[in-house]
Amino acid sequence: METKPRWLTVLDVLTAIFFVVAVFLVFVFAPMERTMGLVQKVFYFHVATAWVGMLGFMVAAVAGILYLIKGDRQYDTLGLAAVEISLVFFFVAIIMGSVWARPIWNTWWTWDPRLTTATIVELIYAAYIMLRQGIEDPDRRARFGAVYAILGFLSVPLTFISIRLLRTIHPVVIGSGDPSAEGAFNMSPRMKVAFFYSLFTFSVVFVDLLLHRLRMGKLAARVEELRLKVSA
Amino acid sequence: MNELTSPTAERASATGSAGAFWRAMWAVVWKDLSAEWRSRELLTGMLVFAVLVILIFNFALELDAKARASVTSGVLWVTFAFAGTLGLNRSMASEKDRGCLDGLLLAPVDRSAIYFGKAIGNLIFMLVVEMVVLPLYSVLYNTNLFHPGLLLVVLMGSIGYVAVGTLLSTMAVQARTRDILLPILLFPLVVPVMIAAVKASGGFLQGVPWEELKVWINLLLVYDVIFVAIAFMFFDYVVEE
Repeated sequence: METKPRWLTVLDVLTAIFFVVAVFLVFVFAPMERTMGLVQKVFYFHVATAWVGMLGFMVAAVAGILYLIKGDRQYDTLGLAAVEISLVFFFVAIIMGSVWARPIWNTWWTWDPRLTTATIVELIYAAYIMLRQGIEDPDRRARFGAVYAILGFLSVPLTFISIRLLRTIHPVVIGSGDPSAEGAFNMSPRMKVAFFYSLFTFSVVFVDLLLHRLRMGKLAARVEELRLKVSA
Repeated sequence: MNELTSPTAERASATGSAGAFWRAMWAVVWKDLSAEWRSRELLTGMLVFAVLVILIFNFALELDAKARASVTSGVLWVTFAFAGTLGLNRSMASEKDRGCLDGLLLAPVDRSAIYFGKAIGNLIFMLVVEMVVLPLYSVLYNTNLFHPGLLLVVLMGSIGYVAVGTLLSTMAVQARTRDILLPILLFPLVVPVMIAAVKASGGFLQGVPWEELKVWINLLLVYDVIFVAIAFMFFDYVVEE
């Protein structure tokens, strides 16, 4: 049985350091937002966690395509790992958004396009995991998971567009903003540093967790193999 | 179905010719329709269920004249979606139960012909249910739902729903938790169809001009094209043994 590789430990330590720096940048380096005050700090990690949530969706879809082409079980583990991590991160993003929305929009929740799409993405992740749990044969489980991840990835943009056609109050901080959005603001240069650094940090956190999860998946497959050998 | 009685001839013609594809596809559709004609299990189930859903909505929403104007399209599409899952589940489960699916897959035909055959069969069942529900609703609530625009939306919405639903029900019946799995897999993916169909149907019923509704029709069209193509591409992976 292989032990945890050295470089993975190094990456763990680096991730922890990055994270501490991110917290410092967000709370000390970035200036206080004038109208929203302290609660605006949520924004840095909210966008970063949501980014990781979407990243996992993309990784799962790409892993699904690769699995269907090559049939290598590693891609299946990759897809599952990405979905599991993103499920948690997206949930955190939704919770943080609620914390921010309570004082700014005066409500925990509203049926805005982004919020609704986020909920639907969470439900697709949950459905993906339930689908996998219902199938014993590993090859079939991998194939179905891949197909469902790709279908989900394709339907989400259409979902977003269709809900967007209704109406939005979610602020668009990056890119052109709609003036009617409530809680929008312009980032100062220092805020931008904190923001993009948070995005970077959470991407590293994602990669680190993904590598751990992949290693765990490999070990789980090994255990399964050994168990079959013992019982045979 | 004489052409299916000589397997060697069929095998020879099955290698790529468009005629063989159509024949195989219609054979699957015909099989589903004649099986349904003899048992009448699926359609009766879907229809009774659809009427019950409308009945429950009647009590839950107090469908008086004022409320109806705004919720009719929503009630209709929820009814279609629920009855649709019932039909999709049943249609695939009956293939799986007695090993009919394996038999179909052993046939020397293109797998996508089987997919399109099943999908068209499911679409026909869904349209039959819709064509019964629409006049029934019109009579029960004293409105006229037979607007050409609405019928177009019903057709386009059903195509998107069935295209994804047939693929997913093929997956769901092969899982342990099959009956609860289909709606959980299907509903998050058909949200765009539901939104566009409800908006467009409501618009047509309230006499909103075509220019404002075009966007929803376009959305339905895009969804239908993308997901029919995708389901066609992936069906092979879903039935592979």
